[in-house]
Amino acid sequence: MSEYLILIYQDESDPAWADPDTGPQLMKEHMAFGEKHGASLRGGNALHLTNSATSLRHDKSGKVTVTDGAFAETKEALGGYYLIEAADLDEALAIARDVPAPTGGVEVRPIMPT
Amino acid sequence: MLAATVRVTRDIDAAEECVQDAYARALTDWTTNGIPLNPSAWLTTVARRLAIDLGRRHVTHDRLVPLLVADLDGESEQTDAGDVGDDRLRLIFTCCHPALDLESQIALTLRFVCGLTTSEVARAFLIKESAMAARLTRAKKKIAISRIPYHVPDAAELPDRIEAVLEVVHLVFTTGHTAPSGTSLVRDDLTSRALQLARMLRDLLPEDAGVAGLLALILLSDARRNARVTQAGSLVLLEDQDREKWDHDFIREGIGLVREALTHRPPTRFTLMAAIAAVHAEAPSFSETDWGEIVAIYDLLVFTWPSPVVALNRAVAIGFADGPLAGLMALDELSGDPFLAHYTYYESARADFHSRLGHREQAFASYELALQLTNNAVEREFLQERLARFTTGGAESGPSGASEQRHHDQSHLTPTRMNYIRDSKETT
Repeated sequence: MSEYLILIYQDESDPAWADPDTGPQLMKEHMAFGEKHGASLRGGNALHLTNSATSLRHDKSGKVTVTDGAFAETKEALGGYYLIEAADLDEALAIARDVPAPTGGVEVRPIMPT
Repeated sequence: MLAATVRVTRDIDAAEECVQDAYARALTDWTTNGIPLNPSAWLTTVARRLAIDLGRRHVTHDRLVPLLVADLDGESEQTDAGDVGDDRLRLIFTCCHPALDLESQIALTLRFVCGLTTSEVARAFLIKESAMAARLTRAKKKIAISRIPYHVPDAAELPDRIEAVLEVVHLVFTTGHTAPSGTSLVRDDLTSRALQLARMLRDLLPEDAGVAGLLALILLSDARRNARVTQAGSLVLLEDQDREKWDHDFIREGIGLVREALTHRPPTRFTLMAAIAAVHAEAPSFSETDWGEIVAIYDLLVFTWPSPVVALNRAVAIGFADGPLAGLMALDELSGDPFLAHYTYYESARADFHSRLGHREQAFASYELALQLTNNAVEREFLQERLARFTTGGAESGPSGASEQRHHDQSHLTPTRMNYIRDSKETT
């Protein structure tokens, strides 16, 4: 078995977020996902929006610059993650397919064993 | 043998090492004990044993090498023919996994399923060998680290996974049908391998129209195998081919499959290409070919698969349906295409139409340019012979030239397809 991190990306400016039903609906979908794949789940959390993010960037001289905001300024930002255990990539992808991500998508990354 | 060993190691590099070790052991063992009855089974068994040993060593301290022992239990070390076929198919689906980019899928399959050298794969992609080696290394790393599984997808997944596999099998065929480099025009080892793969897919997916279309295309193209190259190894134009030498069993089977595949809408790219080959196969002679029908199928194909080489073939077909001037005009419309500017067959088609119209100077210039663009010795010889006719003053204006042979002969779609993939990726 291997561990994979499923990174959930979302478009924070999507008009769907203004709809008061979106949050509860998404929560229900995540609950359903958790019930279906509970056996594979090793962890997971939602993140606060990117306006709460602080980035630290190292330049070549070793100096660290602290800036407000997410590391990469892209349309889709990291919004949450699941840590799962799966036999192989196909199994991990089958789980990732079920992760709710209505305004973006998910990225699956194998975890480096320690 | 590699496929059977990969099943054990789950790692292509490790499997290759085991196969090489097996050959090394054969040198000493066979000198002492004599050559075994079935040398290839001997080698496979030894390679797989080495792989199992390697796996046992690795699994304790190296979790990066994936899935070493997952289903070794109950697995026999015997390798019968069916087993080998299944292994090859598993390897294909691993190499053609959608988690890999499409070019890497094709490269891996050519390299590891079909046994091409890295240099030959690089030539098929029109890139440098060093770049191809780096690409293969990256792809193998992704297979190992993300644990792309080594199995045939289940029925639900299969249709989605089949597209890339068809692409790859077609490419293997075309690489063999007109070898991109080397001294021989056709590599029967590759064409037979592609045919075998296509038949295997047909058994797995008897309902899939794309598979039927591809198998038909391979059969109808390969049916001309004995007629398109002389015993001395030089190219015979479709026009000059002895149609008695065509494999009529292949043609019958291919036409049956085309008919079946065309009942599925919309027809796939391979089905349309097979339909073009079928029109040629059904024509009693070159002059009786239904060129209007061929242009009509190309019209559909250009729509399904907008590639510069399909457009080139359509232009050449127009030249046969409506005359060399119409063909030349259709070719001129494509003159701005950056890919065709470096494409042998574009120039040789121009040369042919110019020659038929009696434009000696333009024909000469185009043949010379075409000659500079080919790496295949047989094609080079053919073009040189054409060129010599002009230098000796023996030019003729009758229908002749590489384009007749080429335009229906999907082999030359190979490099463009690769380019097309690269182009489409860069723009997205």
